[in-house]
Amino acid sequence: MAVSTFLQQLVNGLSLGSIYALIALGYTMVYGVLRLINFAHGDVYMLGAYAGYYLSRRLQGRDPSLVSALIVMAGAMLACAIIGMVIERFAYRPVRRASRLTLLITAIGVSLFIENGAQLVFGADPKFFPSLAPRADFRFGPVRVTSEQLTVIVVSFLLMVALRLFILKTRTGKAMRAVSFSIDASKLMGISTDGIIAITFALGSALAAAAGVLIGMQIPKIDPLMGIVYGLKAFVAAVLGGIGNIPGAVLGGLLIGISEVMVVGYLSSTYRDAIAFGILILVLLLRPQGILGRVQKEKV
Amino acid sequence: MKRVATGAGVVVGLWLVNGLAAGSLVPGFRISPYLLQVVCLAGINIILAVSLNLINGFTGQFSIGHAGFMAIGAYSSAFLTVTFGTRLRGMLAFLPEGAQSGVLLLAGLSVAAVLAAIAGFLVGVPSLRLRGDYLAIVTLGFGEIIRVFILNIDAVGGARGLSGIPRLADFFWIYLFAVITILVVSRIVGSSFGRTLIAIREDEIAAEAMGVDTTKSKVISFIVSSAFAGIAGGLFGHYLMYLHTNSFTFLKSIEIIIMIVIGGLGSITGSVLGAILYIGLTEGLREFAQYRMVVFSLLLVVLMIVRPQGILGHREFVNLLPRRWRLGVEAPPTHG
Repeated sequence: MAVSTFLQQLVNGLSLGSIYALIALGYTMVYGVLRLINFAHGDVYMLGAYAGYYLSRRLQGRDPSLVSALIVMAGAMLACAIIGMVIERFAYRPVRRASRLTLLITAIGVSLFIENGAQLVFGADPKFFPSLAPRADFRFGPVRVTSEQLTVIVVSFLLMVALRLFILKTRTGKAMRAVSFSIDASKLMGISTDGIIAITFALGSALAAAAGVLIGMQIPKIDPLMGIVYGLKAFVAAVLGGIGNIPGAVLGGLLIGISEVMVVGYLSSTYRDAIAFGILILVLLLRPQGILGRVQKEKV
Repeated sequence: MKRVATGAGVVVGLWLVNGLAAGSLVPGFRISPYLLQVVCLAGINIILAVSLNLINGFTGQFSIGHAGFMAIGAYSSAFLTVTFGTRLRGMLAFLPEGAQSGVLLLAGLSVAAVLAAIAGFLVGVPSLRLRGDYLAIVTLGFGEIIRVFILNIDAVGGARGLSGIPRLADFFWIYLFAVITILVVSRIVGSSFGRTLIAIREDEIAAEAMGVDTTKSKVISFIVSSAFAGIAGGLFGHYLMYLHTNSFTFLKSIEIIIMIVIGGLGSITGSVLGAILYIGLTEGLREFAQYRMVVFSLLLVVLMIVRPQGILGHREFVNLLPRRWRLGVEAPPTHG
């Protein structure tokens, strides 16, 4: 009994953690190239969920099928990639050379703008995500896995593998790694740093949109402020894994998701939102560079 | 002697305005209760903004957990006056009613300040070793943890909120503490310790090389800042007579940051101006409540792009006066 409960919690944690991991990837990639905590990233995830919602309403005449689910997912990712690039171009690029504090306040401003703008445009009431694919439950011995959970885990795994291949195998990915190593040196080497930064934002935002659609399938209630808590926890995940480190973000996301589910399952659900911050504080005290991060020497 | 006279003048002045506002001084004349409430809330926000500016503006450490310290002060002082209020009043029975309330409020605020300062110390020591963005996130995390813990303490009402707090704070007390906050922070900034803080803001590594114990200085400035946030919280609870953890979310911390950023990080006058502007605008735009935050956030982004130093930058009130009126008082010199 105890073991099967634990395994069940582990599956739930993995599926929640995959969502955190997808969002954390965007934080970590943007931090890697700009050294910026993109506070608006959680809100881009919310916009992804809404894009998915409106697209699936459009497709509602058709039966739920894999094809329409894919269309919704791809559409939301495309929409958010564009939104991410627009945010970068009009809010962050003008202040990129300013102090880090200015950049951080700008990010907070963008985040507030999206949250309040979304309340105005979409309405403050929650909306209910239509189901995109036929549902089914799978049983593995005592452990029950819903088709939504399975979709979340499989889709996020595929997206992470695709991202890893993109970063390690393509020229653009190589340029991204170079920019994250040193933005000035990459510029001297003829890399269009503005373009690479825009692509980084587009990729990160697309992954956040995918997370938004996946969470919409799993917990069908979406609202304009849903990005705040998920965004913060995903950021904690990125710090836990080592910010700027892509495998670290995935690891951190899964760990945060699993520990959150375990705390809710075994202790109390009221501490659900405190656990991530507790972990964050422990990490920063004991190993500020994160699990997989490297210590960066400060240069004068 | 001159300072004592000025201090007494401020107290008498505040007392007179308070009487005027409450309608007890001139019969038949009173300020509308709505306006008075807005003015009082503005005063509490001035305390919050000026104290946060000490750590964010002058020391250059970005903290976004101010609401957490405010919550500690609010709940601890309200708990004190609600639980032990009658007993304390009994002990003070020889004093007139008004003086009893004053002593009770001061006792509550002392507890608020001390507990918030201790929390500031506990948060500050580990997190102020971190730099920049990490500090921001840790303070945010602590602010949220404090809120979640208070939400789970049944003795202070938990999710129901804490009601039945006596109304001990009024215009007089709020603005007295606003003046004290401004005075303390401006004296700190003008002292040699203040120069140390500004040195840390301008270049932490250079300050360290000059022999400044940066962590210690940052922690002290953080403790002072938290203590005043606690006082602001105590006044808030004893003014509104009801507390709920929803008043102390991440958004409240962001509000205070908007105030000091609009006014100018590193300017006390700017923080006061920012707090008044923010409260004035939010109240003035109450009819357009749904557009209000959209406008503010857009304003924040545009401000960062065109004028990142805020309205006043590092300038203070005296720097805006013609030179011969300044009487030798100057804001500390800064560059950049």
